[in-house]
Amino acid sequence: MTVQSTNPASKQESLVARGLREAFFAGLISLGMFSLYVGLKTDQNMLNELVLVPRWGMLAIFVVLAMIGRFLMIVAVQPWLAARKSARASAAHGQAEVPGFVARNLTVLAVIALVLFPPLVVGLFGMQGSLKWIDNFGIQILIYVMLAWGLNIVVGLAGLLDLGYVAFYAVGAYSYALLSSYFGLSFWLLLPISGILAAFWGMVLGFPVLRLRGDYLAVVTLAFGEIIRLVLINWVEVTKGTFGISGIAKASIFGIWSFDVSAPNNFAKAFDLPMSSAYYKIFLFYVILALCALTAYVSVRLRSMPIGRAWEALREDEIACRSLGINTVTTKLTAFATGAMFGGFAGAFFGARQGFVSPESFVFLESAVILAIVVLGGMGSLVGIAIAAVVMVGGTELLRELTFLKAVFGPDFTPELYRMLIFGLAMVIVMVLKPRGFVGSRQPTAFLHERKAVSGSFTKEGHG
Amino acid sequence: MMEPRENPMNSDVILKVEHVTMRFGGLVAINDLSFDVRRNEITALIGPNGAGKTTVFNCVTGFYRPTMGRILMTQKSGKVCHLERMTDFTINREAKVARTFQNIRLFTGLTVLENLLVAQHNTLMRASGYTVLGLLGFKGYRNASVAAIEKAKLWLERADLLDRADDPAGDLSYGAQRRLEIARAMCTDPELLCLDEPAAGLNPRESLELNKLLRAIRDDTGTSLLLIEHDMSVVMEISDHVVVLEYGTKISDGTPDEVKNDPKVIAAYLGVDDEEVDEVLDEITHATDEAQA
Repeated sequence: MTVQSTNPASKQESLVARGLREAFFAGLISLGMFSLYVGLKTDQNMLNELVLVPRWGMLAIFVVLAMIGRFLMIVAVQPWLAARKSARASAAHGQAEVPGFVARNLTVLAVIALVLFPPLVVGLFGMQGSLKWIDNFGIQILIYVMLAWGLNIVVGLAGLLDLGYVAFYAVGAYSYALLSSYFGLSFWLLLPISGILAAFWGMVLGFPVLRLRGDYLAVVTLAFGEIIRLVLINWVEVTKGTFGISGIAKASIFGIWSFDVSAPNNFAKAFDLPMSSAYYKIFLFYVILALCALTAYVSVRLRSMPIGRAWEALREDEIACRSLGINTVTTKLTAFATGAMFGGFAGAFFGARQGFVSPESFVFLESAVILAIVVLGGMGSLVGIAIAAVVMVGGTELLRELTFLKAVFGPDFTPELYRMLIFGLAMVIVMVLKPRGFVGSRQPTAFLHERKAVSGSFTKEGHG
Repeated sequence: MMEPRENPMNSDVILKVEHVTMRFGGLVAINDLSFDVRRNEITALIGPNGAGKTTVFNCVTGFYRPTMGRILMTQKSGKVCHLERMTDFTINREAKVARTFQNIRLFTGLTVLENLLVAQHNTLMRASGYTVLGLLGFKGYRNASVAAIEKAKLWLERADLLDRADDPAGDLSYGAQRRLEIARAMCTDPELLCLDEPAAGLNPRESLELNKLLRAIRDDTGTSLLLIEHDMSVVMEISDHVVVLEYGTKISDGTPDEVKNDPKVIAAYLGVDDEEVDEVLDEITHATDEAQA
């Protein structure tokens, strides 16, 4: 690359001069590199002869871009990185920085913001306009937050790599869909039943596979996810196969008010409000918010209980666990069942929200996205995972909104088609910059003198 | 073979290994091995590399199931456990045998204190009503967790790790990790503690601290110790009883002094062929006779 001068005199030399010089070299190199690749193009003329078409303008653009890039790198990016590094080093030497107000009260602030979210959005965009924000963004993200928190118990705490988590989501959704269509049971009764059924299937899966470790466990859980999906597709008499089950009953406000338009105790009628589908969405938003809160509460409490500590110990070293008298089989089973239960809750909620479930919703990609959220967030960290869910799910939803890109790339450009591409690129970048996820450190569950976060370099990912 | 020394004060046997054989396919790792570990004593298991010491440990602590023979553990209450029939985690839970590992196995991502709390898993599990009562915030669990932290504190103090309690276990120095592993094993309230090379990789000062800790464990808690060790300064210093293995068979058994002067042990450590043992024996007796004369 360019010549790196170690002469101390060059430090006095202004950044701009150095930037210009290095930009010149970068320009020369790129000129040499691109003159054949970009500057000349082979083409056929009318007589089918191979001719060389010079593209000097294009070459000039490439060279100039390289020069500008190198110049900015020297003048702006490198000093900024160096300043950040030295600032961090001095912070590490000095006393530990006191976390700001936002950092200290993050949970409380987040809960307040989420509770105020629906009225705020309704105020800003009106009843109908708020639907998109509450449903596509709010509810969608919170479902994934809940699923990822559930999977976090299995992957992040117990260190068991589960690639078929969506199976438990499916069990929950179909439990609600089938039991409510065939027996007419209510959402509030079926919510716990769906969770219990999913936990039961978690145990059923757990018994044969928990003697496997690492990659083998991952492959078997992957297969289990596919088995559940194939059963749903092929057991047509019960599940209606690929058609799915439609017309699933809506959830009601504890049976007091209903959201069915024809029902006498309709929510809007009862309060003399104009009819709108937004009420149901707002209600669902608060339901999933409460479910998320339950998941977070149970996760946090379980972590500081002996069972949670045993899960984390299992992730760190299974043999040591056994030497301390911990029954690793039951410990793994409880992790599987607890994680599956939350997947089941989320599934039942999904059924009530969509009013329609089909095997299409429970493909492997869903498992992969949920696992990606857990890994991206930092295994074991609830805050990190919530941030990752907002970024991953909210980000992909946001890419649907980027219609202005049509103005840039022409009317044929559909940003939705590129969203997985951008999403994948973003993930690679995040994992390069933060290999342990957004929150890589671990909060200890007990302390004697002071609570110190454990750096991610000490924790293990688990071997199954 | 030498008769084990009879200790008039504490002659009751805590662990009785009887005719244990362990085969891995065609390889005989332990061959018809019998020895006793007496209560309130430190018993050392020594021998050249590959003699089968760690295999004996793995049989005693349930990580291997011996091909033949039996291993009897007699608790203070008089209860007798057949260790050869039990699985690894029940050996710790029911039979009260704890162990450490040759290559340290700590929960590196958990703090030092958490490591000791994990060791009290079974007590805390019972106190928390298998999680259910604890999740509902019952008082019994809160008291139990306070007691667990007190116990952890006690062992941290003994292992001289109290000021490192909130640091990740992976951040400790090698010697401190060894001490923590012993403290963690002691938090399971064992009656017999099996240590696999506790002094490996320690400097002389750390070795001395370890000796002190092991003696304190024997004298203060009444726990019996069985240890594998290569460091003869540790073995001769602290053990009450030494068992020597070579090629999976016992070649000597007695007090440190008896074992030290056993020609078979000397031959094993110096690497003499079986046929030459008598020759070496003669030489040694000659040498000692001459020295006395």
